[in-house]
Amino acid sequence: MTARLYSTDPVLDAFADDVGSDDPIAIVGGQTRWETGGELAAGTRTIAAPIGIVDYIPEEMIVTVRAGTTVAELHAELESKGQWTALPERGGTVGGAIAVGENDFRRPARGDIRSAVLQVRYISSDGQIVTGGGPTVKNVSGFDVPRLVTGSLGTLGCIAEVLLRTNPIPSRRQWFESTDVDPFALHELLLAPGPILWDGATTRVMLHGHEVDVDADAARINVLGSFAEIEAPPAPSGHRWSLPPADLRSLPSNGMGTFVAEIGVGIVHAEHPQPSRPLSPAVQLIHERMKAEFDPTGRLNPGRQVGAH
Amino acid sequence: MSILRRASQIARGAKSDAPADPLLAALQAALDPDRVKIDDAHRSLLGKDASVFEGGNAGPICYPSTTAEVAEIVTIAAQFDRAVVPRGAGTGLAGGAIPLGAPVVVAVTKMNRILEIDEANGVAWVEPGVVNLDLTRHLTPLGYHFAPDPSSQQVCTIGGNVANNSGGPHCLAYGVTNAHILAIEVVTPAGDIVMLGGIDPEPSGYDLRGVFVGSEGTLGIATKVAVKLTKNRPAVRTLLLSFSSVRDAANTVSGVIAAGIVPAAMEVMDQAITQAVENYVGAGYPRDAAAVLLAEVDGPADGIDIDANRIREIGLANHATEVRLATDDAERTLLWKGRKTAFGAVAQIAPNYYLHDTVVPRSQLADVLDKIYAIADAHDLLIMNVFHAGDGNLHPLIVFDGREDGVLDRVHAAGAEIIEASLAAGGVLSGEHGIGVEKQGYMELLFSEIDLDHQNRLRRAFDPVCRANPGKVLPSGHSCADIQQLRSVPAGLWG
Repeated sequence: MTARLYSTDPVLDAFADDVGSDDPIAIVGGQTRWETGGELAAGTRTIAAPIGIVDYIPEEMIVTVRAGTTVAELHAELESKGQWTALPERGGTVGGAIAVGENDFRRPARGDIRSAVLQVRYISSDGQIVTGGGPTVKNVSGFDVPRLVTGSLGTLGCIAEVLLRTNPIPSRRQWFESTDVDPFALHELLLAPGPILWDGATTRVMLHGHEVDVDADAARINVLGSFAEIEAPPAPSGHRWSLPPADLRSLPSNGMGTFVAEIGVGIVHAEHPQPSRPLSPAVQLIHERMKAEFDPTGRLNPGRQVGAH
Repeated sequence: MSILRRASQIARGAKSDAPADPLLAALQAALDPDRVKIDDAHRSLLGKDASVFEGGNAGPICYPSTTAEVAEIVTIAAQFDRAVVPRGAGTGLAGGAIPLGAPVVVAVTKMNRILEIDEANGVAWVEPGVVNLDLTRHLTPLGYHFAPDPSSQQVCTIGGNVANNSGGPHCLAYGVTNAHILAIEVVTPAGDIVMLGGIDPEPSGYDLRGVFVGSEGTLGIATKVAVKLTKNRPAVRTLLLSFSSVRDAANTVSGVIAAGIVPAAMEVMDQAITQAVENYVGAGYPRDAAAVLLAEVDGPADGIDIDANRIREIGLANHATEVRLATDDAERTLLWKGRKTAFGAVAQIAPNYYLHDTVVPRSQLADVLDKIYAIADAHDLLIMNVFHAGDGNLHPLIVFDGREDGVLDRVHAAGAEIIEASLAAGGVLSGEHGIGVEKQGYMELLFSEIDLDHQNRLRRAFDPVCRANPGKVLPSGHSCADIQQLRSVPAGLWG
């Protein structure tokens, strides 16, 4: 194999040395989604990714952070400047969140994780430091490696550091609850609602924006039902279903059990898992070639399969 | 430039149409003869796009009307070991649609139907040849629009927007094309028909949809696209701020972002382009201002009044000489007309222009613009600036008369220096035009050899044999980058 090329960052170099280029390896984060994609192959060496916020430029709305940093620590730092990112807050790490690629249940207010990763640095299967994307909020210079890596479960490279887009936190956020509203009518009525959660009986909605706009929306929604202000609800738990948003009108789906649905988005948190969604053979072929191109020896997160469920 | 030289070497070869050509016969049998063009006029027209690059060399040009026909064309091309190049309206500025090495050109302009508006799922299914503005006009009465609005939106196609991950003034708040595409039906370079992404929020598998958007036709041909419906905003406020220096305008832009406001659009025009626009359409821009900033906020009326007022205050704090709020739709439309016709206005000044496209951190805008004006002086060229300031996306416009001896050399030298100045400021090569053939040679300034190798791997996973739009994006030395690595073109055909 080729000799490893060193970067200008000793932390990345040390991580690359740690990843090495020979044995089966997996990166461990907060293990909040450790079972995603199947069981890790026995005998796989596990290591942690480097930690720390490298550079935060609030006025550019970007932050560079190492993958082992917890989302909580990152968001605590950003909050001091009135910003946040699309990364889900559930006790895990930045790298873990990006490897899994699931959105926060507050996605309508926080943005999409796949649009948040502007640049990624990862260690390749043969131990090299690779950079994809770029440091600006807008960029079409070459192939979109950050989008490929996001949601790839660490099967294509070991995520070391990312540069994320940040967003301003709306000046007012308020949750409301109703037991007599049609959640779909609510979604249609509002211009840009925050998350709308529905469990088949109770609807919870977050209104966000300028104080005056939240007040105006709070008055408007009363035509659809009676609402009460509530504290922010906990993140929904359970098995994750991804459905076309219109399909949520006929919930619960077969075999779903109890559920909390993200109206307008299409994610449902349910008691039972979603039936498998197999890839078409032609798409499966591209997946297999992608894995073979990026990890010819199959050493990265062995046992885990993207799109197998 | 070496690729273009190579392409023109190929172009100098023998040229005769061979009616007995088996490739042509197969394509004509698959479509019908009048949808496969081989005449010189067609091949000349589709040998170019809206960029300054010459040297394109089209093979047979096909006008499919269905996905099945596209798949058949690609399969036939594969049988004859010939590359395929997809093409929309040809408005690209980086040479991405220029055919190199006499490939089969797949012009999707006849696939221009809006197939379905699915309001319940918030998507519209469209064919790739649908014109961007036609889609928005179709959606407007329903209360929606397609958010990306490139300057060419009156003619550019959704397929082209997907290929280039196109932007536009209003992508500051809403994001570029990739944020507005949910699913894409694609004919792969092997001729398979696949669906990438889906209308559910988290389709399973690698994000091949996200990777396909912006891949400049190198991963396959889009034949059907699910675009996100964006709700129209109930209220809009458009401000025109004038400044006595470009730096003040740039600092205002940085100040607005730093204040946590993400306007729908923030566009800056310098004095040269402002005066050109005034002479052209009379949009009411101040002729004596060194720069004008067009800022727009949209949303619920009360909140945007707060934002508009804050933008005004930030502008005044940065020495704005005038702040004007459009009082009605007519004035707003006129202000935007000035911005949107800027490139047309330039035609009055000189017959040729070369529009550049780089991105820099917003805080570096003023410094990089100073460097660009110095580059213009050093090369004795006129450079005008009209750009998407809100996301740091510069569009230096070099205006020249191509008949002047040696001017092209100066234009290219200045362009190279602009790119270098942008990268030195922590920027990137392109914000919305793509790499095409224009910036392949600069990719090594932004990426290491290993980075580029990984981009090449991504590409190979879709196209192991370099069938789709070879010779683009990646610099020479990477597979699919070198036109001379293409299988040889049979002598006497498509020379």
